Amino acid sequence: MATIRLAVNGRSYTVDADPQTSLLTILREHLDLTGSKYGCGEGLCGSCTVLVEGKAQRSCITSVGSIGQKQITTIEGIASGERLHPVQEAFLEAGAMQCGYCTSGMIMSVVALLQKNSQPSQADIVDFMDGNICRCGTYPRIVSAIEKAAKVMTAPAAGKGAGR
Amino acid sequence: MSEKVLGNGDVSSRGEAVELRSTGRTNASVPTCSTAVPTYSLEPERYELAAAAPYRFDLDRREFFKFLGAGVLVVSVLRPAAMAQEAGGARRRGDSLPKEIDAWLHIGENGQVTVYTGKVEVGQNIRTSLTQAVAEELHVAMEKIELVMGDTQLVPFDMGTFGSRTTPTMNPQLRRVAAAARETLIGLAAAAWKTDAKHLVADDGKVIDRQSNRSLEYAALTKGQQLTQTLPAEGPLIPATNWKVAGQSALKVNGRDFVTGKHRYPSDQKLPDMLYGKVLRPPAFGATLVSLDTQKAEQVGATVVHDGNFVGVAAASSDAADAAIAAIHAEWKSEPQPSSKELFEYLKKNPAEGSDPTGDGDRYDVGAVDQALAAADHRLQQTYTVAYIAHVPLEPRAALAKWDGDNLTVWTGTQRPFGVRGQLAEAFRIPEEKVRVLMPDTGSGYGGKHTGETAIEAARLARAAKRPVKVVWTREEEFTWAYFRPAGVMEVTSGVRGDGTITAWEHHNYNSGSAGIRTYYEIPNQRIVFHETQSPLRQGSYRALAATANHFARESHMDELAHAVKMDPLEFRLKNLKDERLRAVFQAAAKQFGWGKAKSDGQGFGMGGGHEKLGYIATFAEVKVDGKSGEVKVVRVVSAFECGAIVNPDGLRNQVAGSNVQGLGGALFEAIVFENGKILNGRLSEYRVPRFSDVPVLETVLLDRKDLPSVGAGECPLIGLAPAIANAIFDATGVRLRSLPLVPNGLKMS
Repeated sequence: MATIRLAVNGRSYTVDADPQTSLLTILREHLDLTGSKYGCGEGLCGSCTVLVEGKAQRSCITSVGSIGQKQITTIEGIASGERLHPVQEAFLEAGAMQCGYCTSGMIMSVVALLQKNSQPSQADIVDFMDGNICRCGTYPRIVSAIEKAAKVMTAPAAGKGAGR
Repeated sequence: MSEKVLGNGDVSSRGEAVELRSTGRTNASVPTCSTAVPTYSLEPERYELAAAAPYRFDLDRREFFKFLGAGVLVVSVLRPAAMAQEAGGARRRGDSLPKEIDAWLHIGENGQVTVYTGKVEVGQNIRTSLTQAVAEELHVAMEKIELVMGDTQLVPFDMGTFGSRTTPTMNPQLRRVAAAARETLIGLAAAAWKTDAKHLVADDGKVIDRQSNRSLEYAALTKGQQLTQTLPAEGPLIPATNWKVAGQSALKVNGRDFVTGKHRYPSDQKLPDMLYGKVLRPPAFGATLVSLDTQKAEQVGATVVHDGNFVGVAAASSDAADAAIAAIHAEWKSEPQPSSKELFEYLKKNPAEGSDPTGDGDRYDVGAVDQALAAADHRLQQTYTVAYIAHVPLEPRAALAKWDGDNLTVWTGTQRPFGVRGQLAEAFRIPEEKVRVLMPDTGSGYGGKHTGETAIEAARLARAAKRPVKVVWTREEEFTWAYFRPAGVMEVTSGVRGDGTITAWEHHNYNSGSAGIRTYYEIPNQRIVFHETQSPLRQGSYRALAATANHFARESHMDELAHAVKMDPLEFRLKNLKDERLRAVFQAAAKQFGWGKAKSDGQGFGMGGGHEKLGYIATFAEVKVDGKSGEVKVVRVVSAFECGAIVNPDGLRNQVAGSNVQGLGGALFEAIVFENGKILNGRLSEYRVPRFSDVPVLETVLLDRKDLPSVGAGECPLIGLAPAIANAIFDATGVRLRSLPLVPNGLKMS
C-alpha cells in the first residue's frame, strides 16, 4: 500500500492503494468514476480507454503507480459543464450506440485521434479505432460520428459544440 | 422504494420487470440452459428460456397510489377472455386490480407520465421505441415519459425479453394503455367543462375544446384525484398510416447519460459499505471439491464462504478479493470430457437421455420423401455444421446484492428479472415476494443473459458478510461459466427435377435447435427432424439462435442445388418460392445489390434469406478472396428487411446493421475451442470478434408494410448472412464451405 496522488479531470486526488493496482480499478472503486468500463482486462477491447496527457491509454493494463503526476482525462471530464464535447454530441446525433457500454471508451479514443489527426481519412479511423470493440456492431455509425465531429471541430468556430 | 444507489439518482426507474406470456408451446419450467427442455412442436425456439409466474397476487389499488401519488392510472390486462367475464370488461371498481396485468401507466399531478413494463433494455433500444408508442397515443412529448423497466417490485410479471417479442406484444399493449389514458383525460375535461367529449381533442399534453378554444393541461385534469381504469380488451389504436411520432426516427431517449458516462450499468452499481465478491472457479466443468484450505484468505481479512462446491470471498476491494482467492488452496476432482475436435461425431452419437432416437416427437413429415428422392433427376446429400460460439456481451455478468433481514434486493443485468427472482428464491429457500430484482439498462445480452449466476453468488456472499456485495465477472469467467450458442450438425438431402423444381427435402438437425428448421420453399415431400442430443458444453439462447444454423444449411444447400441444375441461384429460389413477403425481400435486395453484374477475379457474390420471429430477410454478400494468402474479405452486404409497419426507421437500421456485424463473427471466425472440461480460448486475445476493420459496406433496404403489425427486428436480420457469404466464397473460388465458422484461418488455397 502507498499513498498515491492523481490528477484526474483537472482535480487532484489522493488514494491509498497498491501501486500495481490498475488505473481502471482506482477510477471505478476509489474515485467512483464509473464511466470507464471493464471489458477484457487485456487492453484489447478499448472500453477502459482514458487520456493520459492527451494520449489514449487502456486503463485496465495501466498500473496506477506508473502515472505519477500526468494529467488523466476520463469520459466524465470532457464536457464543459452542461455543454457536451463535440465528439459526445456527434455520437448522440449519429445514434452511434446500442447498449452504450463501449461508448465511453470509443469517445475517449476519438478525442485522442482527433487531437493527433484533425481530419482523418476512413482508413485512418479504422486503423486507429481497431482496438475498440462495439459488440452491438454500430461501427459504421461510429465512423460517421467521427467524421461529423472532425468537421465540427475544424470549422471556424471550432470546439464550440452545439450547446445542448 | 427507499433503495438508493450512490450516484445514480433513481436506480429503480432504470430497473425493469416485464412479463411475457407463454405461447403455450414453450414449456414452463425453471429457466435452465441446455438440458431438460421438454418436447413441443417444431417451430418454436427450443432454447428460448421460459418461466411462468409461480404466483399471481391481487394488486391493492390503495398501495399503488401510495407509491404513485394522485393521478390517472391505466392498467393493461393480458387476457381478453378473462376480462370479458367482468362487467363490460372495462371499468372496475373496488380496491383490487385484476391479476392478469402486463403493463401500467400513470399520469402524475405534475404531468409526468410513467410507464411500467417488465421488458428490459439491453441495447435493442426498446426504451425508445416503447416511449414513442406511448407518446403517439397519449399525445404527449417523449420527454415527459419515463419507462420503469425490469424492477420486479414495481412492474408486472414478465417472462423475459427475448424472442423478438417486445415489438409485436408490448408495443401494442402500451399503445392501448396510452390510448385509454388519453380517453380518460378527455372524459375528465368533458366533465369539468360540462360538455360533450366528442368536441374535445388531446394534443401536446393538453385537452383542447376546439369550439371555445379553451384547454387544460393533463396535470391540471388529474389533480388530487385517484382514478383507475382497466383497459378494455381491445382499445382504439391509431393506424400506422396516421402515426406522427411512431414511424419516425428517434434518438436513444436517455442517450446523453451514455455519452457522458453517467449511466450506471449493473457493474457500476455501488452501495455504502459494499464489499467486492469473487468466486473460486474449479479447473474443469463438473469438478468437485476434494480438499480446501482457506486459512490464509481469512487472515487477510476477507469473508470466506464454503458451501458445498461453492467457495467465494468478499473483501473491501476487488484487488483484495482477488488476493484472497489466490491465497486459497483447493484440490478438485474432475471426469474426462469430450473435446471440440470430436464434437460433431459426439453430437451424432449421443442422443439426449430420455429422448426418442427416431426423433418421432419432434418432426414434420409431408408426402413421400423416399419415393420422391428415388424419382428425382438430381439428388444431393450434404452435411453442415456450426460451432459453439460465445455471446461476449461487452459488459460481463454483474450483480450487487443486499440483504435486509430476510429480504433480498439484487441489481443485475439479466433479460429475465423475474426468472432470476425465481432462481434466487429457490437458491435461498425464501418466498419470491421477499426478493426484488432490479435491472439497470445493461451492457448487452444477445440472448446470453437469461440466468442469474452473479445474482446468486453476490447474494450468497452478502448473506455471509452481512454487508452488500457486488460480483462482476472477469472476461474469462464470462467466457467459461456463462453458456454458449449450441453447436449443431445439419444433414440435408434433396431431390430436384431437371427444370429446377424441388421435389423432396429432408433436413435433420442434431442439437443446435429447431428454430427456422422448416423450409419456406414449396416442396411436396418433406421430412424434417430435430434430434435432441447431449451437449458437452452448457448451452442456451443466442440472438437468432438455431435459425442461423438451419438457414445456413438450407440456403447453402439451395445454392448447391441451383448449381447442380445449372440455374441462377436467385431464379432457382424464386421458382420454388410462393411466399410473397419473402419473394419481395429477395427481389428488393437483388435490385439494390445489382445481382447479375459482372465480377472481377477473386470476387464472388452470394445470397441467403428466410423468415424468423415474424420478420423477412434477404441478404446479398460480395466477397474478395486473395488468391495467394487465402484471406477472405467481406466487401459489401445488402440486406432487405421487412418487419411490418416500421416504428423507428433509424433504430431499425441500427438493428439490421448490428445483426450483420455480429453475424459476421459467427460466419467467419468465431468458435469456442474446448478440451476435457476446459475452455481453451476464453479471452479476447484468443477469441476473435468483429472489429472496425472487419466491417463491410452495409446497405439496408427497409420495406415498410404499414398494413401489417410491427414485429421484432433484433434477430431475423442475422440469419441470411452466413449462407450469403458461404455462397459468395463458392462463387469466387469454387470452394464449398459447409462449416461455421467458414474461414477462421483464411481459405486454404489448393
